[in-house]
Amino acid sequence: MKTPTTATGLDRRHFLQVSATAAAGLSLAFYLPEKADAADTPRLNAWIEIQPDDTIVIRYARTEMGQGSRTSAPMMVAEELDADWKKVRVEYATAHDNLRQKRVYGDMATVGSRTIRNSQAYLRQAGGAARHMLVAAAAQSWGVPAAECSTALGRVQHLASKRSLSYGKLAAAAAKLEAPKEVKLKDPKDWKIIGKSIPRVDIPAIVTGEIRYGIDAQLPGMLHAAVAACPVFNGRVKSMDASKVQNRRGIVQVLNLGEFVAVVADNWWRAKEALREVAIDWDTGEHGTLTSAAIMANFQAGMVQSELAVARNDGNTAQALAGAGKVYEAEYFTPYLAHATMEPMVCTAWLQGDSLEVWTSTQNPEATLAVSAATAGVAQDKVKVHPMQLGGGLGRKSSQDFTRQGVMIAKAMAGKPVKMIWSREEDTQHDLYRPASLVRFKAAMDANGKVDALHIRVSAPSILATLLKLPLPKGVDGQAVAAFNDHPYDIPNSLVDYAQRNTNVPVGFWRTVGHSQNPYMRECFVDELAHAAGKDPLAFRLNMLGPKAARDRGILEAVAKAANWGGALPPGVFRGIAETEGYGSYTACVCEVAVNAKGEVKIHRVVMGIDPGYAVNPDNIEAQIQGSVVHGLSAIFWGEMTVKDGRIEQSNFHDYRLMRLNEMPKVVAVIAPSGGFWGGVGEPAQAPLAPALANAIFAASGKRIRSLPLKNHGLSLARA
Amino acid sequence: MKLKVNGKAHELDIEPDMPLLWALRDELDIKGPKFGCGVAQCGACTVLLNGEPVRSCSYPVSAAAGQQVITIEGLAAKGKLHPVQQAWVEHQVPQCGYCQGGQMLAAVALLKKKPKPSDQDIDAAMTNICRCGTYARIRKAIHAVAAKGVRA
Repeated sequence: MKTPTTATGLDRRHFLQVSATAAAGLSLAFYLPEKADAADTPRLNAWIEIQPDDTIVIRYARTEMGQGSRTSAPMMVAEELDADWKKVRVEYATAHDNLRQKRVYGDMATVGSRTIRNSQAYLRQAGGAARHMLVAAAAQSWGVPAAECSTALGRVQHLASKRSLSYGKLAAAAAKLEAPKEVKLKDPKDWKIIGKSIPRVDIPAIVTGEIRYGIDAQLPGMLHAAVAACPVFNGRVKSMDASKVQNRRGIVQVLNLGEFVAVVADNWWRAKEALREVAIDWDTGEHGTLTSAAIMANFQAGMVQSELAVARNDGNTAQALAGAGKVYEAEYFTPYLAHATMEPMVCTAWLQGDSLEVWTSTQNPEATLAVSAATAGVAQDKVKVHPMQLGGGLGRKSSQDFTRQGVMIAKAMAGKPVKMIWSREEDTQHDLYRPASLVRFKAAMDANGKVDALHIRVSAPSILATLLKLPLPKGVDGQAVAAFNDHPYDIPNSLVDYAQRNTNVPVGFWRTVGHSQNPYMRECFVDELAHAAGKDPLAFRLNMLGPKAARDRGILEAVAKAANWGGALPPGVFRGIAETEGYGSYTACVCEVAVNAKGEVKIHRVVMGIDPGYAVNPDNIEAQIQGSVVHGLSAIFWGEMTVKDGRIEQSNFHDYRLMRLNEMPKVVAVIAPSGGFWGGVGEPAQAPLAPALANAIFAASGKRIRSLPLKNHGLSLARA
Repeated sequence: MKLKVNGKAHELDIEPDMPLLWALRDELDIKGPKFGCGVAQCGACTVLLNGEPVRSCSYPVSAAAGQQVITIEGLAAKGKLHPVQQAWVEHQVPQCGYCQGGQMLAAVALLKKKPKPSDQDIDAAMTNICRCGTYARIRKAIHAVAAKGVRA
């Protein structure tokens, strides 16, 4: 659906692409500040209200799940506004307000590490426009030219007459003025807020326990629901017998909703305990025999299928490989992974007549609203989606399967608010998994270590085709071939082709998506080539990075320097290195490890660097780097979902192991902003970790790791 | 059944085997303790029982009856943040924050026993999972509280 919209008060017309799919996460939106209006609290535009006591309310239109943009996005507005950050209060914009106001807040999805890079332009314009209006109001009241006025820390000054007024005093007058069409933004060298380590605005309420997550919704007369969907994906309820629990204390209703069973009770524990004793006969359909081995065979068939989608085709790779003296070949595999956010899927919904209210932990409130309305059969303008903190998102909460379930329950229980919580087992076994993938590399390299041809064949499911149901341009899923189709190396013959191999295991966006696996395989294979050529892995890469790859080169050199690459290491300690672009940022990593005879990998140090263009909130970037290392190491050492009898075998943290504090290695964050662009921060740092670590393990042990997780190679993580 | 939470006494008529977590969350509307795994693996549900950290998702409420339960909401005294909470702010420890109530309570219990914990002490005591990966900052913040020498 395409919704034309006009940003009133401004001269440009933009079109919003509103995705109507349940998992909407890729819609692009453009926004410019709407015309100012004078409300009770002076509102300079959709993003900014200034109260008489100088409090500046800045709206935040994305969600917060630990990535820190509830702080860094408002910093964009505050910078151009010349606000006093101490007086800024951040409040959420809501999906229902966005709908009511012709999508003035633009895209609200918090995905793809793109909150800053996709919204910085309009947020800075909003701040600059408001500042312009405040200056105009002051100049009018003093009868001086606006050009003689300046702003700092929430005040307009006229230095010649030594007069100044606070924004709070000017806001009412300013809000009546016409908004400028476009304002000139500051030169980055004049930034006073962007680039500073600003404490996160949500942390005070986190440490007191006051902050409310989706799971914490509380409403009068609220009921609680525990659910079970068919353990074989896409199966249905054939029949159920709830007679054993129907009269049990607290049980209100047991619902057969076709796709799943829900026990509704007055307390979640009572619901969950009763659910275990509801006898459910599942219709598992045709997929009840699927195994990991069958999935692997499916991927292997993709390797030899005749029709392939071509993602990159420079030169003539087939010819170059056929004519090469020596061809190097390797096959890599990465497994399915679960998100395992600490807060499982939750949704509280309350259907009252034709109105619906929803409280949930969602990365995409607009999709939540659309799915809720469609599920309940109410008009979109009758739905409210209340913003809540997310207990982690990791990409899982951009999809709305759980919202749909929550609203189905609320519809069945119309009139009563119902909170649905997934058990950890339900969460682990009904995820939208990071796709497994099989990748084969072939390279032609001469005796001097010059790589003439590279063929990368990917056999993997498509998230975009199966989850988002998007048409794939030329049959290519950009996530499946990410970091391959845009590899930065000067290799004259490069062919990347793709066999789309979907299975009954549903796939979705897992933090760092295609960059969570492809850089691992690519950068390990490059390491194999460097080793075969007898070259230093850093020098080998630098030699292949041409003038167009200046940023790749820059971050690689910065990290190598910080890690003292080539310098002496303690006995038994070895290094590995890797580099990649991802989410508009450039990352590189050096890992230093020792591997003992028992296969224990001791990580002495991880040096992780990022060039995000501009480093908006450096302390938060460091936190994201530390977090990316932890997230990555859990997957690298232990992460895999296996399939037997059509179902996921893992169920909870005892068999889907996550890293703990005593295993945390030393992480050195290298933040190297080169300026001139805006890259993402929440996801990219995970990308170069696995290859740097696997390459270090090779250096230490001679063991080439061509599949993950490491536990399957007899390797374990030693305590830090 | 009598349950004392954050200094306040409550009278509950519930099953003795209901986990403490669900008594707190669904019966008393105390939402600081979080549900993570239900099997005492992750520690998001950690509360202090007579000063000791327990994983309330797997702790029957009857075993806590008549004793002192402290949740993250009860850590600050009269509006003044506990030194551990202050250090968590100062070192910007939390990311999503979901596990942090449990992490802070585990840290409080550790510092009470060992006001100057070693890294090994921290390793042994801080076993709660943080999916965001805030471990380096948790360690730093605990050392910072210890260095200030404030009685936790």
